Amino acid sequence: MILHPGIIALLGGTSLVTVMVLYSSYEGFKIIRYWDRESSSARQLSLERKTYLLSSMIAFVLAINLLSLFLFIYTVDDIHTQFVGAMCATGTLNANTIGWWALLLKVTIFFVSSIWILINYIDQRTENLPLVRKKYASLILFLPLFILDVYFEIKFFLGLSPDVITSCCGALFSENSRGIASTLAGLPIRPMKYTFFATVAAYFLTGFLSYRYTKIWLIYLTAFLAILFFFISIVSLISFISLYFYEIPTHHCPFDILQKEYHYVGYPLYITLLGATVFGLFPGFAELMKAEGVPLMHWQRRWLLTALLLLIVFFLIVLYPMIFSSFTLEGYD
Amino acid sequence: MRRHLMILEFALSCLCRRKYKNLALLFAFSLLVFILSSILLLTYALKKEAIEILQGAPEITVQRTVAGRHELIPVEYINKIKTIPGVGKVEPRYWGYYYDPFIGANYTLLGANRDMLRKIEILEGKSFFSEQKGVCIVGKGVAKAYFAEVGDRITIIGADGISYTFKIAGIFKTASDILTNDLIILSNDDIKRLFQIPTGFATDIVVEVYNPEEIETVAEKIKKLFPSTRPITREEILRTYESLFDWRSGMILTMFIAAVVAFVILAWDKATGLSAEERREIGILKAIGWESSDIMELKFWEGFVLSSLSFFTGLIGGYMHVFFFGAPLLSTALKGWSVVFPTLKLTPYVSAYQILVLLFLTVVPYMASTIVPSWKAAMTEPDQVMRG
Repeated sequence: MILHPGIIALLGGTSLVTVMVLYSSYEGFKIIRYWDRESSSARQLSLERKTYLLSSMIAFVLAINLLSLFLFIYTVDDIHTQFVGAMCATGTLNANTIGWWALLLKVTIFFVSSIWILINYIDQRTENLPLVRKKYASLILFLPLFILDVYFEIKFFLGLSPDVITSCCGALFSENSRGIASTLAGLPIRPMKYTFFATVAAYFLTGFLSYRYTKIWLIYLTAFLAILFFFISIVSLISFISLYFYEIPTHHCPFDILQKEYHYVGYPLYITLLGATVFGLFPGFAELMKAEGVPLMHWQRRWLLTALLLLIVFFLIVLYPMIFSSFTLEGYD
Repeated sequence: MRRHLMILEFALSCLCRRKYKNLALLFAFSLLVFILSSILLLTYALKKEAIEILQGAPEITVQRTVAGRHELIPVEYINKIKTIPGVGKVEPRYWGYYYDPFIGANYTLLGANRDMLRKIEILEGKSFFSEQKGVCIVGKGVAKAYFAEVGDRITIIGADGISYTFKIAGIFKTASDILTNDLIILSNDDIKRLFQIPTGFATDIVVEVYNPEEIETVAEKIKKLFPSTRPITREEILRTYESLFDWRSGMILTMFIAAVVAFVILAWDKATGLSAEERREIGILKAIGWESSDIMELKFWEGFVLSSLSFFTGLIGGYMHVFFFGAPLLSTALKGWSVVFPTLKLTPYVSAYQILVLLFLTVVPYMASTIVPSWKAAMTEPDQVMRG
């Protein structure tokens, strides 16, 4: 199953990224070991120069990771036709359940690398680079995630064998591969709706208040709510939001909205969801990494504003089919 | 924002100043994208074509196997299959391959049943009645190989060594080239005579199932009734085609990985080997106040412009190659082999997925290869280069 164009591209991309992270960790280790701000030795100079290289590498890694997240879902969806009983990406992921872990890992890596970029951003804009050691220590800490990502991907795609016609008889009877559930059972709709709207409201309100007053506890609360918002939104997407896009009360797939048939609405939806979460997390993490001489407040407010705007866009996209389509869930919720 | 745009503008002027060096890179990059996009576009178009054609295929095809090989199937099986609930029409099919020693090509010979003859529309000339003997309908490729027109006669040598002649009643038009190109349709009786198929036997049996949900169950029941048969569902054929085309394009892509690697090395080399003039330029920029990160941004924009330009040039080239010219450079490798080749008129089909895959195979490695060189360039010490 490995010789599929999408899979080759995906494996190539993630391997490249992993090599970069490996190299960055190696250089990061040297930085942790020898970094001395006061020194003016040749080594210190070369280390300082290396930080430029490493930060642009990790920025590249983040960009590729985000793209590969979508490429992964797309590829998994593209090959679903080769498995008995699979209707969309969910079916393929169920055909070899390690795929779910690969997907989860990719989302985690997205968050981790965005937060790393954030720390880097703060660090580079501070006079004496106070976070250098922490920054590279965290990079080494995250290294296993990237290696695991490649490992999961390979294991997932190697483990998939398409159900094709074999020489003795149809594949149908050679193996008992049927009965794979291709739908995700959603949570009950009505309570989920309340939870979702309540979470969005709470997140928006706290975000707005912390934008207004920039109190530390509010900022931490926002970060916490951002994580909560992310999970609740994913669950709601499966439970009821997707139904409005498909206009079928039984179709819960979180991946089909990425398809042409639904006007690629999934892309803005997921990108705003990821963005609203990440920018809500930023102020909290920045607070943790606070160092002297940083105009933190100014940035925090900017991030909060970004998060709020993305949240509004996300919410509007979710709301649109609920209000304007003729599809209703009455009687099903 | 304005600052970034200014740097972009500067990057553009830099690229223009070193026209020939960049044109060489642009050419190599476009060529790479051209090849890879041709492969991807062609396989996806072929896959689509196959899927579309197979939509009209029977729900289940029942073949008999003896010692693991395809054998003639007794026609009496039909009566039993008909009794399975949910089954519609069940019909025997007579077909086979014929190697023509004069032309040196393989044809597909198919016995026509009444339904099929009524449905055929894509004709020059006209269809015939299923009882009619000594007439045939041929694909465009066959007609061309014989230099034949409607009304002419073609000769086929039967299994008994006697040559039979058939009058061409109609010729398929190009619309269904892949499907009909090497096809000769004869009446069932003619085929049986030609291939000496014993009475009471057929090549295979096609089964219509009304409800798509029941196809698998019906197939299973047929398998239970006649253990020596292999019922093949339409879904299975589709799946097999899909993975076959994926495998083929993946195969060819893998062969071209070497080209990607070579290109990356070229790009790396080009980006690293800064001329003295370029080094001085960077030195001056730094001396007048550009920061290292600005230089890196400049280099990023250069790479970005170069790769998007080449990417689109290559992609448009690939598109034209596949959909306007029928992919002459690749089709032999991807279509399979046959002497009577259909001329490809594929339905243009490009999806966001193909573009994303292409990006991953070309632009991503290129951008990755320029990170280190552009960092090295950005670290140039102004005083050193200007003095040197």
